[in-house]
Amino acid sequence: MPTSTERMEIRSAEDIVRVRQIVRTKAQAAGLSIVDQTKIVTAASEIARNTLEYGGGGEVEIEGITETGRSGVRMTFRDQGPGIEDIELALRDNYSSGGGLGLGLGGAKRLCNEFRIDSKPGTGTTVMLARWKP
Amino acid sequence: MADRSKNLDDMIRTHRAEILEEWLRQQSSLTKVTDLVSPKDLRDESSRFLEAFAAGLAINQNDLGGAAWNEARNQLSELSRARARLGFSPSETATFVFSLKQALFERLISGSKDGGKLAADLWVVNLLLDKLGLYSVEMFIESREETIRRQQQDLLELSTPVVKLWDRVLALPIIGTLDSARTQSVMEALLQAIVDEGAEIAIIDITGVPTVDTLVAQHLLKTVAAARLMGADCIISGIRPQIAQTIVHLGVSLDVATKATMADAFSLALKRVGLGIGTRKAPAANGGAGADG
Amino acid sequence: MDRIPILKFGYSLLVTIQVDMHDQLAMTLQDDLTARLVKERARGVLIDISALEIVDSFMGRVLNNIAAMARILDAVTVVVGMRPAVAITLVELGLDLPGVKTALNVERGMDLIAATVEEESASDANLD
Repeated sequence: MPTSTERMEIRSAEDIVRVRQIVRTKAQAAGLSIVDQTKIVTAASEIARNTLEYGGGGEVEIEGITETGRSGVRMTFRDQGPGIEDIELALRDNYSSGGGLGLGLGGAKRLCNEFRIDSKPGTGTTVMLARWKP
Repeated sequence: MADRSKNLDDMIRTHRAEILEEWLRQQSSLTKVTDLVSPKDLRDESSRFLEAFAAGLAINQNDLGGAAWNEARNQLSELSRARARLGFSPSETATFVFSLKQALFERLISGSKDGGKLAADLWVVNLLLDKLGLYSVEMFIESREETIRRQQQDLLELSTPVVKLWDRVLALPIIGTLDSARTQSVMEALLQAIVDEGAEIAIIDITGVPTVDTLVAQHLLKTVAAARLMGADCIISGIRPQIAQTIVHLGVSLDVATKATMADAFSLALKRVGLGIGTRKAPAANGGAGADG
Repeated sequence: MDRIPILKFGYSLLVTIQVDMHDQLAMTLQDDLTARLVKERARGVLIDISALEIVDSFMGRVLNNIAAMARILDAVTVVVGMRPAVAITLVELGLDLPGVKTALNVERGMDLIAATVEEESASDANLD
């Protein structure tokens, strides 16, 4: 099967653990190295936590893709939370900086091959992350 | 449309032998083929593909991605890889498919009584074989890229040897440029060696790194930070005068011990792990065996 | 699993983290550690994370909090057993662990605690 998709809601801390497990399984199946698996699972954990804590809960769709010439994991997180006013700023922001949202988006982005974020104040946030086998 | 397909695959199967012979003749005009592929193999490959092509036509003449064409595509994929390994060029490989066109066209034209149907049939065959020809080129390229990737991986591993200098002291001489891909490879090799050897100090020697700019400095610092998380301290050695100047100019602060030579770094490393190098005492003056007096 | 066990080892406390830590567990661990540090007058906290496949920012905060709290109680915190893949990811993530010392394994970690404690009492002695 070329692509396997799982959807789940993120409503509690246990859900974050479950997201990590699913992403780990799919990353393994796609043949990613241990280091790459760790990177994408960690990035997923970060965004899942943001979805829960900043976004007030949401959902995620996790796709494991195994096709000739292209295999990897892709996930899309969605929430209906407050949204992010200045995405550029949020991407530069990191954990240790005092002000700002402290969402660690820049860090998560560095762990992925593909990273896209759509967010507007009042309409929630959608984040897409992917890691491919080189 | 379906009717036409049915006719085409019937036609191919009925005149299989002739088409195959003509096709083989066409392929043999390419010297690479006669030199490198045995006649028996060529006949087998062509015969199987002809059958797969007919089978595909019988079901579906539009969607090459569908299940009907799996067999044909798999055969082309295998063939392209094999030809790539033999040293064929992409277009030489594609000749397998494109020369089939010639053979099929001739058969269609000679067996045709209806001009309109002929045109339609020729068009179907043309379109399908063009796509299949392109597919075989893509598979060729893919297998080349796999080879390149594998060789790159081998190169990376060869150029990142980690050496155990002493108990708890490792040396990592870096040769060549340090880009982000290389840095990943370096970090993985170093950290694994730290675990395997139980190292406390890693000497990263950059004598073989031609230029150090801000990016390279960042990569080095990342590597140092990662080693620290594993409980190992780093010393950077092999800092040439020009590099020292560049680093100062760039305003990069290297938050790590640095030494000009590997020897100095090794001496420092030994001190840090509580060891030292000393001279052996001279043998006693009287009764010493082999004394020169 | 309700709480993570804390073992006493000389004048140090040893914690082995083996499960995915969630908020409640982290809070409980921090509370337990604080209490034990005071009770045992421990000088070191050794956290073994060799079983962790992932260390995300939440876990990073937990470790930093423990180190800060231990520092106030005059104890040094050493994290041991970080996996290479985790170290590489943390560096890429940009997550700092200030106030936390690191060592390869439990044995080295204990040596490090001993060395640090000795260093600190030596410099304290100089103050007299």
